[in-house]
Amino acid sequence: MNLKISALDYVQEVKTGNISAEDFVAKTLERIKNVDDALHAFLSVNEDAITQAREIDKKVKSGKKVGDCFGMPISIKDNICIKDSKTTCASKMLENFVAPYDATVITKLKQQDAIFIGKVNMDEFAMGLTTEFSAFGPSKNPWNTDYVPGGSSGGSAVSVSAFECIASLGSDTGGSVRNPASFCSTVGYKPTYGLISRFGLISYANSIEQIGPLTRTVKDSAFMLNMISGIDPNDNTTIDNKNEDYLSGIDSGIEGKKIGIIKEMMGDGIDPAVLTATKDAISKLESLGAICEEISLDMVKYSVAAYYTITATEAGSNLARYDNLRYGYDFSLEGYEFNSYISKARRNFGPEVTRRIILGGFVPSAGHAGKYFLKALKVKSKLTKEINEAFKKFDLLLSPTVPILPFKLGEKIDDPISLFLVDINTVTANLTGKPAISIPFANSNGLPIGIQLMANSYQDKHLLQAAHALEQTVSLPEVSL
Amino acid sequence: MTMIGLEIHCQLTNLNSKLFCSCKANYRGLEINENICPICMGLPGSLPRLNQEAVKKATIIAMALNCSTPEKIAFFRKNYFYPDSPKNFQITQLNIYGDTSVGGTGSVMVGDKKINITRIQLEEDPGRLIYEGSSSKNQITLVDYNRAGTPLVEIVTEPDFETPKEVRDFLNILSDILANLGVADPSLEGAMRADANVSIKGGKKVEIKNIGSFHDLEKAVHFEITRQESLHSREIEIIQETRHWDDKRKITVSSRSKEEELDYRYFLEGDIPWVTIDPEIKTKLNSEMPESISSKKERYVSKYNITAQVADVLSSDKYYSDLFEESHTESNAKEVANIITTDLMGLVDTREKREASKFTSTHLKELADSIQSGRISRNSSKNALHEILKTGKNLATVIEELDLGNVSDESELSGIISQVISEESQAVEQAKSNPQTINYLVGKVMQKTKGKADPSLTLDLLKKQIGI
Ligand SMILES: [Zn+2]
Repeated sequence: MNLKISALDYVQEVKTGNISAEDFVAKTLERIKNVDDALHAFLSVNEDAITQAREIDKKVKSGKKVGDCFGMPISIKDNICIKDSKTTCASKMLENFVAPYDATVITKLKQQDAIFIGKVNMDEFAMGLTTEFSAFGPSKNPWNTDYVPGGSSGGSAVSVSAFECIASLGSDTGGSVRNPASFCSTVGYKPTYGLISRFGLISYANSIEQIGPLTRTVKDSAFMLNMISGIDPNDNTTIDNKNEDYLSGIDSGIEGKKIGIIKEMMGDGIDPAVLTATKDAISKLESLGAICEEISLDMVKYSVAAYYTITATEAGSNLARYDNLRYGYDFSLEGYEFNSYISKARRNFGPEVTRRIILGGFVPSAGHAGKYFLKALKVKSKLTKEINEAFKKFDLLLSPTVPILPFKLGEKIDDPISLFLVDINTVTANLTGKPAISIPFANSNGLPIGIQLMANSYQDKHLLQAAHALEQTVSLPEVSL
Repeated sequence: MTMIGLEIHCQLTNLNSKLFCSCKANYRGLEINENICPICMGLPGSLPRLNQEAVKKATIIAMALNCSTPEKIAFFRKNYFYPDSPKNFQITQLNIYGDTSVGGTGSVMVGDKKINITRIQLEEDPGRLIYEGSSSKNQITLVDYNRAGTPLVEIVTEPDFETPKEVRDFLNILSDILANLGVADPSLEGAMRADANVSIKGGKKVEIKNIGSFHDLEKAVHFEITRQESLHSREIEIIQETRHWDDKRKITVSSRSKEEELDYRYFLEGDIPWVTIDPEIKTKLNSEMPESISSKKERYVSKYNITAQVADVLSSDKYYSDLFEESHTESNAKEVANIITTDLMGLVDTREKREASKFTSTHLKELADSIQSGRISRNSSKNALHEILKTGKNLATVIEELDLGNVSDESELSGIISQVISEESQAVEQAKSNPQTINYLVGKVMQKTKGKADPSLTLDLLKKQIGI
């Protein structure tokens, strides 16, 4: 049995009876067992997956209506709630937290007969770019296990690229879907803010983050988007997409489309291999009839600083609820005065989360807000204006997803400042709410390189069409593991 | 000059659900921690779901207090750690980044004095702390989250009050207005609470918190003025501070916690998009707004010729004015008002009594009509009212069962009158020479009929039989 097939192919195979969901799921579990000791993508595996797959096969055989996923095994980042299962955010703080409800995306996928094969690793509370900040140990890049898989949705990207599942859901606050997708050679897509409900996604920086799919192909991402997008009464920030079909017309091509190449995202420090790949992508797009032109976005150079200021502020507030009074880990609260209790109970956060909470207590505080938080909001609004201006001229904006190649585990973990620069190309889409996608495009000495395309708000369909066109121009190796 | 300002918190108890989830807005009578869900408990992954009805109700309050209402409102996070706050931040409103609270400046008249409103904001109530244990050593704190997330409107006034009495008068008027709007039930325990800030001439502003009732608020303000004046007279500096009202000792006590130094790190609540309240919505809300107390009062006086004093009492209490509106007709209005203000009020003066009574507007209408038609005397109507409040039976049954009906049968009454004339010959002679004294005879007839004789019929028949 071929575990390497795309989501759409899987659906076709099960539908036609060529393969059974049970076989596929069993093989997938076997694969996890064989490779995950080395990769550590999974934090927990669904023990009932085979039984669930058997039920789907019964439905298929008896001719009953089957949901669009046909038992497709999907991995879920461990900050998305699945009822009655552990949702830890890869944190000691939520080590024993069992979600009492399903996230909206989970409800929707359950209705489509998806099987959640397991919960996958991440940087603690989604804060990080390498998955090294997981309280339960890092994930490894399947292309070379000495290297980081990117983050924070590292487990998602690893599980998809190493064939431990067909697709995954991650979350993207500043590139957390696109960055690991680029490092592991999968498609990673962050939709327009509000397109997918965040109900059940444990907040890190709620004003800019989105759930997004990581898949083998762009078509698979469109397929996933069809199932999980749309307005949700449980999330007031969602928008009505009128049940748009993102798969239809995905072959439309990009002839005549104007593409801006963002100068500031290909500047100092870019790896020569990444630069070469980006130039190659540009010429391939031009050969498909697109018109490419360089554009300068002045505010991009302030975007990372603004991003960390805003996310720290929101994280400081979003993570305040973890006081262990109502849920959390085993910690007796008797005998404490409240303030000393609080500081003790909150010591279970890891170093990066602690760093950002402290930053989040400082940058919006009285006397400092004007210099930091309010200034960051100003950058955000100016950047949005600049991007909106750019989209008057261009249909799409292009850059490498990450200006550098994947690096070794431990190489940058003690150097937060240099890690932050890895964000430079991805945070703009979050700060401005625009959709962006990373497509596997090249491979340099066995390390993947991704290309990022960005579109204007609600132009997700056009973004996916362009990404699909670019994807068709390359043929890339598979993980050999 | 003494300056007193108020911050009044009023729960929107008449809403069906909390501000951000579908738990009950009125949690009273429920088991501890029964009225909770993942949203109001702030569980990981939960998001607030704004109750649009609460926004409307808060806007109605703002309009009724003559406040400006912005076209767009926003919510902010107020960050602080406290065990009654499940998220360790409160979702509230703020006007420091532009007028984005549900209400801006407005005013309320208290007699001839204008009290200015600074702003009105919509926010969530925290949970409730329960302390157990006798001494501070073995004291434990328990948390009941039933209240967490209850929609709360905060009304902030300018420091326009000069005396505790003005404060009390304002609070009475305000609770009447809020009850009349149908948005809240101020008589529910804890539904309306207030903090005060007090300063005297030359002194700093002192905030008083933790005041349990309006009655205590007046006392607390009074105490605080006296305390500050006493300090002032001894030339001791009055420092800016927060003081708590000690409910048992009835004094204010300096708070050890430096609340004024807390930094709430306010910022926009990204989970709730800005809410547009466009002019059409406002027009609609305005047209749906219940008639104001002052306009009711005016109408009662001009249309039904009810005295200003009675109209005042009737219009300011929603329970009575609703009864009046539902039961009165063009012809019986005065009688209805009369029954309410002279008989009913003494009987249902508390919330508990009102809830226990089985009295309806239909009863009231029947009662007024029957008095006017002479079916029952005013005197007997009081007995009937008592019985109805207790049993809820209709008036006809009560008259029948207690034999309260007027003797309006002419022959029966004539018989009784003949008897009285024969017994009171001296009074009859007197009445012939001085018709004014006939009332004595009417009284005798009433005595014999236990007050059930129709007074005007009695008079007619008496005159006829005596021949005057
Ligand atoms: Zn609730």
